[in-house]
Amino acid sequence: MAAVASAGQAGPQAPAPANRPAPHGLRFPVWRWAILLAATAYFLIPLYSALKFAGLKAFPDIFRQSGFISAMGLSLRLALITTILTLLLMVPTVVYVHLRLPQIRRMMEAITILPIVIPPIVLIIGVLKVAPGFLLSTPYLLALLYVILAMPFAYRSLDAGLRAFDLKTMVEAASSLGAGAPATLWRVVLPNIRTAMLSATVLTVALVLGEFTMASLDLYQTFPVWIVNFEQNSGPVSVAASLFALFVTWILLMVIVTAGSWSSRRRGGGEVALFTVVRQDFGQTPGEPG
Amino acid sequence: MAESTIQAAAPGIAAPGARPGRRSRSLRRALQWAGVLPFGVYVALGLAAPTIAIAIAAFKNPDTGSFTLSNIRLATEGSYLPGLRNGILLAIASAIVPGIFGLLIAYAIHTAKRGRLLRQIVITASGVFANFGGVPLAFLFIAALGTTGVVTGWLSDLGWDPWNHGFTLYDPVGVFVVYMYFQIPLMVLVILPALEGLRPAWREAAENLGAGTRQYWRHVGGPVLFPAFLGCVLLLFGSAFSAYATAEALTGGTVAITSIQIGALENGNVLAGQQNVGYALGLFMVVIIGIVMIFYTILQRRAARWLR
Repeated sequence: MAAVASAGQAGPQAPAPANRPAPHGLRFPVWRWAILLAATAYFLIPLYSALKFAGLKAFPDIFRQSGFISAMGLSLRLALITTILTLLLMVPTVVYVHLRLPQIRRMMEAITILPIVIPPIVLIIGVLKVAPGFLLSTPYLLALLYVILAMPFAYRSLDAGLRAFDLKTMVEAASSLGAGAPATLWRVVLPNIRTAMLSATVLTVALVLGEFTMASLDLYQTFPVWIVNFEQNSGPVSVAASLFALFVTWILLMVIVTAGSWSSRRRGGGEVALFTVVRQDFGQTPGEPG
Repeated sequence: MAESTIQAAAPGIAAPGARPGRRSRSLRRALQWAGVLPFGVYVALGLAAPTIAIAIAAFKNPDTGSFTLSNIRLATEGSYLPGLRNGILLAIASAIVPGIFGLLIAYAIHTAKRGRLLRQIVITASGVFANFGGVPLAFLFIAALGTTGVVTGWLSDLGWDPWNHGFTLYDPVGVFVVYMYFQIPLMVLVILPALEGLRPAWREAAENLGAGTRQYWRHVGGPVLFPAFLGCVLLLFGSAFSAYATAEALTGGTVAITSIQIGALENGNVLAGQQNVGYALGLFMVVIIGIVMIFYTILQRRAARWLR
């Protein structure tokens, strides 16, 4: 109360010296707590509602529903293929750019942000228009597309990982000790970007498991598409499956946070943000708010 | 072209030292780019080709394949114009309201005294919630605010069932309520670095010169922060405008916004002669997002002048 009153009088006069240590710290404690409480309520009540709506009984039911196994199986296969392709494509590219073409790093950043900027609904109708028939008839076209969607996250994770140590010196040291390019990549570069690769992998897997737009328009029943289609049979099971999907994603994201803080403690410095992409760029997130 | 032919035809005649050197240098430069060739090809096929295909199809007669503006015209009339208007208004609301709330939350934790734990909790939670959208989010809100939802039950127990008072989860207003769930944490994450870029020294300097809180924000903090804030709001606009999954799963494809209409057209809900209207709508979306991106880049550059 006193704090509020003093703020009201402050005006152009210098504040009382006693206020100095916390110039803008404790003036609006009520305001602060009101905002944070309202936010907490808004974010937790739907979660609580979903738990209550589904009921605990619905959770074991998920796994027994028709179509669940095949939908989850397809999503997991897509996640595996997408991750492998993404790492195979992006790791050599990013390492190469760092070593040989550092001048195009800005351009790479701009290109890899595009999949976030172009709405997924627009991208998929374009792909369905131009893709050759042999790709349209297989669900694995989705894996090829998810590599594109994963690029922003993979590129930024790997780029940050490579910037965290002196790549050039290490590579030069390796080659002056007689290592060839493959040995250098395998035994020097990769061990140093393990955390970055883990984070790229986790973000990619989270993206694939949550992606709905492209899969539903490509008419393949991945896990999120199944959840929506299943709603007609049982609302509570769909809600339970949604919570299940959420927890899986959260656990995956926690893996990055934990691995990140573990590796930065080991290296002594650096902060691995969950949100490497959005911090600087235009973007959405791997859970695909879209 | 001609030069290389001559070189190939008479390699011995030319000055022996210079030619191979120049050639190997350009060869080396070409090889240097070869390292990013797989990536370039992948992007060209997976990203550029589909986007260009949409831009072309938007101007093509679906039956004859000849150039036409009728897709564009059709996409701006009938139910598509309200769809575009709803989509844009929804995105504006889903940018400004969560933008302000996100800023307040970020400010609350940024200025909290002894707030390290609070800060860590809010940032981690924001990372988690901002990553949370699409299908599961829609079902969370159906469970909370749907006709038989838990919160709806609480409110009707209190004697005020929102569904009896004009509320529905399945129109743009309902979609807006749901979008806030990932937009607010997104705002917290993107605006926090800007808030942290406000140097305490500026505040101290302002106070030493006799400025109060209001004056500081009006003449120092506000002007420095404003471009960053506006940039983040544009980011939120793009995120909401291009969203599809959440609205589709929530409303079953019934809400009239552009992204959902494109999906319905692609799924075959289309009149004869209008097969390419979806591409025109897609082109609109890309153009709008492109314009937003340009302003976003300008604002980011503007913000970077003072904030780090």
